[in-house]
Amino acid sequence: MIALEFDRVSRDFSAPSGKPYRVLEELSFSIPAGAFVAIVGPSGCGKSTLLNLAAGLLAPTSGSVRIDGAALAGLNQQATYMFQQDSLLPWKNVRDNVTLGPILGGVPAREARQNADSWLTRVGLTGFESHYPAQLSGGMKKRVAMAQNWILGRSQMLMDEPFSALDVHTRQQMESELLALWDADARARRTVVFVTHDLHEAIALADEVIVLSAGPASRIVARETVNLSRPRALVDVQLSPQFADLYRRLWSVLREEVLRSQRPMPQHA
Amino acid sequence: MRKGAVAFWRVALGLGLLGIWEAAVAFGALDPFFVSRPRDIAGRLWQWVSTGFIWTHLAITLQESILGLVIGAILGTVTGFALARAKKAAQIVEPYVMMLNAVPRVLLAPLFLLWFGLGIWSKVALSVTLVFFVMFFNAYQGVRNADPVLIANVRMLGATERQLVRHVLVPSALVWIFSSLQASLGFAMIGAVVGEYLGATRGLGYVISQAEGTFDTTGVFSGMVLLSLVVVVISSVVARAEAWLLRWKK
Repeated sequence: MIALEFDRVSRDFSAPSGKPYRVLEELSFSIPAGAFVAIVGPSGCGKSTLLNLAAGLLAPTSGSVRIDGAALAGLNQQATYMFQQDSLLPWKNVRDNVTLGPILGGVPAREARQNADSWLTRVGLTGFESHYPAQLSGGMKKRVAMAQNWILGRSQMLMDEPFSALDVHTRQQMESELLALWDADARARRTVVFVTHDLHEAIALADEVIVLSAGPASRIVARETVNLSRPRALVDVQLSPQFADLYRRLWSVLREEVLRSQRPMPQHA
Repeated sequence: MRKGAVAFWRVALGLGLLGIWEAAVAFGALDPFFVSRPRDIAGRLWQWVSTGFIWTHLAITLQESILGLVIGAILGTVTGFALARAKKAAQIVEPYVMMLNAVPRVLLAPLFLLWFGLGIWSKVALSVTLVFFVMFFNAYQGVRNADPVLIANVRMLGATERQLVRHVLVPSALVWIFSSLQASLGFAMIGAVVGEYLGATRGLGYVISQAEGTFDTTGVFSGMVLLSLVVVVISSVVARAEAWLLRWKK
C-alpha cells in the first residue's frame, strides 16, 4: 500500500523581485507504507519544502500530493512533523509538552498524563517531567520532541534534519534511539520520511535514499534501495562493504549536485 | 558582588547624597527656600504619616493608578490581540493608532476633567490613555512575533485555530505583556498624579500642587519622595510576580 505519493508536484515561491522562483519541478515518487525513506540533497534544494508539502503546511503550485490514496487538502492528519529547530512550547514543562497532542485531540487529562509518562520512560526522561525546555540539553529536547510526536500513534513521521543541530555523539545516540522506537512496532511500522544533508545518516537509517538535485527547480537524480539487514547497529553498519559501495554510488551523484549548488552566484558590481 | 555588599553600597550612596544636600544647605551653598533640606522633608513625612493626613490621598492615588492599569491593560491587550490577528484591519487603522499615540496626554487632562469631573474617573481615564498604548504595542508584537515553528508544530499536533490561540499565541503575547508591566505601572501612576495635579480635591498630585501654590518646597519634595517610595515598593512586587510568571525562561 502506498502511504505517500507525489504526482508531478511543483512549487513556486515569489522572490523579492516579485518573479516566481521554482523550488521543486514536477516531482513524482511514492513511498510504501512502513518504509523508512531518506531524502538528501545539497543546501537550498527544497528538501524542507518537500516535507512541508507532504505535511500540508504548504500547498503545491501544481500537481498533487496523495496520502493513503486520497488527495491531500489542508494538513496531513496522518503525519507528525519533527523540526530541525526547537519546537517545544517553552512555557510548558516536559510532561505538558508531551500530553499536548492528546489533549488537543480531546483525550482526558489523566489518561494523557499516564501515556506521556510511559513515553517519557521509553525515551529515558523519567524524573524530568517537571523541567522546562530551557533547562534541558539539546539531546533531551529532541527526546521530548520524539515522545511528543510518537505518543500520537500516527502512521507517518516527517522529519526535517531533526538531529543536525546536535554534536556528533549525541546525534548518533539519537539516531539509534529513533531506529529502536521505529523497530519496536515491527508489526505496523510507521512510514518515515527523513530529510537530511548527511549521506551517512541517510544510508545508515533508511530503506531507501532519494537524492534531489541542486535548486532551483530540483528533481530526483538518484533513488537507491538500502539492503542492509535490520535491526541495525549504527556503530557497525558503516563498516560493511555494502554500505561503502552504496555510499560511493550515491556520493558520485550527490557530489555533482553539491558542487553545482556551491557555484558562486554572479557578482554584483 | 554579594547581595549584602550591594545593599550596603546602595544605602551608603543614598545617605551620602542626602548628607551632601544637608551640608550644602547648612553651609549656605543652597537656599532651603528653593530646595528644602532632607531633615525638613523627613520631618514633614513623619508629620503626614503620624497625623494620618496622607493616607486618604495616598489611597486615592493608588486606587486611580490600579484602575488605570487594569482597564488600560485589558483594553490594550484585547485590541492588540485583535489587530494582530486581523492583518487587513491593522493595515487600515495603523496611521490612526500612531496619531492617537502621538497626542501628548497632558493636553487631554483638562478635557477629561470636563468630561468626567473632578473625581477619580478623570484621572483613571488619563492613566488608561498612557497604559493602553504600552499594552497594545506589546500584545500586538507578541502575537506577531510568535515563533512560526511553534505554530507549525502545534498545528501538526492537531490544534484548531482556537487551541492555537490558547496554547501558542496568548502565552507568547503574555511574555511581552509581563515584561512591560513595570513600565505600565509607572505610566499608570504618572497619569493619576498628573491628573490630580491639574485639578482634584484629593490625591498625592493634589497635595503637591497645594504645596506649590503656597511656595512650600518642603511639601513639594515630600510629595515627590513619597511617590517615588511607593513606586519602588510596587515595582519590586511586580518584579517578583514577573519572575514567577516567566519562571520557565531560565
